[in-house]
Amino acid sequence: MKASTSVAITAVVLVAGFALCALQFPNIASTRVVANLLTDNAFLGIVAAGMTFVIISGGIDLSVGSVIGFTTVFTALAVERWGIPPFAAFALVLVLCALFGAAMGAVIHVFELPPFIVTLAGMFLARGVSFLLSTESIPITAPIYSAVSDFAIKLPGGGRLTAIAIAMLVILVLCALLLHLTRFGANVYALGGSRAATALMGIPVGPMTIRIYMLSSVLAGLAGIVFSFYTAAGYSLSAVGVELDTIAAVVIGGTLLTGGQGSVIGTFLGVLIQGMIQTYINFDGTLSSWWTKIATGVLLFVFIALQQGLMALARRSSLKPAGTRPVAAKPAGAPT
Amino acid sequence: MKALDGVDFTLGEGEIHALLGENGAGKSTLIKVVTGVFARDAGTIRLAGREIAPRSAKDAVDAGIATVYQEVNLLPNLSVAQNLYLGRQPTRFGVVREGEMKRRARALLLDYGLDIDVGAPLSSYSVAVQHITAIARAVDLSARVLILDEPTASLDRHEVEILFNVMRKLADRGIGIVFVSHFLDQVYEICDRVTVLRNGRLIGSREIAELPRLDLIRMMLGRELAETTHERAASQPDTAREVCVSFKNYGKQGYIAPFDLELRRGEVVGLAGLLGSGRTETARLVFGAERADSGEATIDGKAIKLSSPRDGASLGFGYCPEERKTEGIVADLTVRENIVLALQARRGLHRPLSRREQDEIAMRYIRMLDIRPPDPERPIGLLSGGNQQKALLARWLATSPKLLVLDEPTRGIDVGAHAEIIRLVRELCEQGLALLVISSELDEIVTYSNRVVVLRDRAHVEELKGEAVEVSSILAAIAADTAPAQEAAS
Repeated sequence: MKASTSVAITAVVLVAGFALCALQFPNIASTRVVANLLTDNAFLGIVAAGMTFVIISGGIDLSVGSVIGFTTVFTALAVERWGIPPFAAFALVLVLCALFGAAMGAVIHVFELPPFIVTLAGMFLARGVSFLLSTESIPITAPIYSAVSDFAIKLPGGGRLTAIAIAMLVILVLCALLLHLTRFGANVYALGGSRAATALMGIPVGPMTIRIYMLSSVLAGLAGIVFSFYTAAGYSLSAVGVELDTIAAVVIGGTLLTGGQGSVIGTFLGVLIQGMIQTYINFDGTLSSWWTKIATGVLLFVFIALQQGLMALARRSSLKPAGTRPVAAKPAGAPT
Repeated sequence: MKALDGVDFTLGEGEIHALLGENGAGKSTLIKVVTGVFARDAGTIRLAGREIAPRSAKDAVDAGIATVYQEVNLLPNLSVAQNLYLGRQPTRFGVVREGEMKRRARALLLDYGLDIDVGAPLSSYSVAVQHITAIARAVDLSARVLILDEPTASLDRHEVEILFNVMRKLADRGIGIVFVSHFLDQVYEICDRVTVLRNGRLIGSREIAELPRLDLIRMMLGRELAETTHERAASQPDTAREVCVSFKNYGKQGYIAPFDLELRRGEVVGLAGLLGSGRTETARLVFGAERADSGEATIDGKAIKLSSPRDGASLGFGYCPEERKTEGIVADLTVRENIVLALQARRGLHRPLSRREQDEIAMRYIRMLDIRPPDPERPIGLLSGGNQQKALLARWLATSPKLLVLDEPTRGIDVGAHAEIIRLVRELCEQGLALLVISSELDEIVTYSNRVVVLRDRAHVEELKGEAVEVSSILAAIAADTAPAQEAAS
């Protein structure tokens, strides 16, 4: 299938890139670096999983960066100033995120507005609220935070698989199961294929839209909590622009920006590619860290061009009268 | 105008019933009412004796009425199996049982004579397979009535055969099938009964075996022959008249077969034929809206370039398309702006018409064509169909064209405006314009045409001149056995 082709290409790019990095800096090929890469990008992986659902369904969610920022500030305030126990604070903030996402989904469905505009409004709203809560960075000193930071599974070769890295991996696996193995997941793909046809086939399009944006916001909230563990602080300016990194990771992972195609594993590979570029630049030491953005931009462009090319190829092959014979007809180029 | 006026329609169990009619006859309106897309304002729908009132597509499906449209309403990006079972996949602990689903999908399609890989995306299969998948899904959702809206329009002969086998099988199982098509051969091949609509009214419902082809076409196109002793403007086709443009062997593969056509000043040429016979296709080639791939067009013996609407317009051709609302008027602009549109386009952006010139032109044509209300500043979307049509005519007349192509100029307008448009066509012709007019109303064509070209299955099959221009002769030309031509066209 075409989808698996894009994922395969992403995987090849990742492996080849990693091999090149390792040739120049042999130290990169160690469990320590790889485990750090997972820890550093844990929040990005989680939020990108949610974005994968949204983009496959034919939408987009620009609010996720702001939701992360809001979550860190809210959690820090709740734990440090209001004296709410950390786990209660997590539950509370996730409920708020769920309501926020559901509201965006409802607005998109009921008023038939483009997701771009609605989630753009959501982005300003969430960022504004976090500034209202506090404009300064609030350090979190609760004991659970230091306990979680200290926890790690030791890997051979000196790497430490941290709690937040494990959290990301678990969430990604759960999301992959949800997307690929359930009716909900099938409906997400259906929405991305054609909203009108999905509705005609009796799928409740409205509730689906609401649930998808709810999922995305809850995952952004989880990413925010993970981010607060990562930085041990809450700051209203955290994760500015992360929505764009997220979209880039999803698209590089082979998900079609127009919807209908994509996978969680692809998104994970996309996140790793971004992390790898960052790691390379850190190792080099002389390059400005902004080169990450430039490299990501170039990659993004290449991948989108590649997707278009693959689509054009698929369109051409679908013009062949494949499967018109009543018996033993095989589709063109479908190895599944 | 009523879209559907007190139509009765009865479908028997296991019956394949053709629903026929030209554009605007009310076929799609009837289907949309039955499937709950449009609300009806009178009448009842009964299914197996029980009254039903579907208010949405889902209601209709739940009641047992399934529809498969020409444009397959499935999801090309999902697998065939997912398309068959979307929303009702077999699951265990919330996980879709992919293997079980594929096994069922395979068994289901085998029943329809399709042995395909159901795990492959739907888009990798031909339209015929997609249609059968859509039908299989619809029937599997316990359909008792299956409506097929032009299912064969994009299928080749072999695929049509597959589809027909499926239809016969379903009819044997007792499912009633409504078959909408404009391919009469197919209607005669597959259907038991036929119901004909025209202008939103029921014309008749007959057993197909007892209905000769000529009678069927008469039902679809015209009134009874007795009525059609019209006064004709049948001046003899005057070969001395100056030729405006001539086409030799002009055609486009898969669009319309090569034809010869000569258009002269002061002469109306009518294009007659059933829906889909190639009338509009001819018009679009003549205007340059479609590019020909064979033959040549000449003016005074010199070859002309006619590969875009721009070429047509700059040669002094005008074209009023059939889809007035989508291809003709710009609804939000005023009558004045709509009228000067083509003239301004021809002059180019650098030489704008002054407001005074625009007002003058608009008022001149509003008076000349009696456009009502005579207010040039009213948005054209608010005018009645007949007046919109006149404004469109004015748009092209303002460019002082040499040739005017009118596609169904009287469609969807009331009787009074109808007569007026016909009078206008004659008048324009007398002023020395060359006209090419398409119409499904044969009386109308006979009334104003000097010559009539009859089309069938995307080819020009006959040209009638002078005394031969009569409703009966046109009908005869359309009804001549179409089977061989059909093969050639597909």
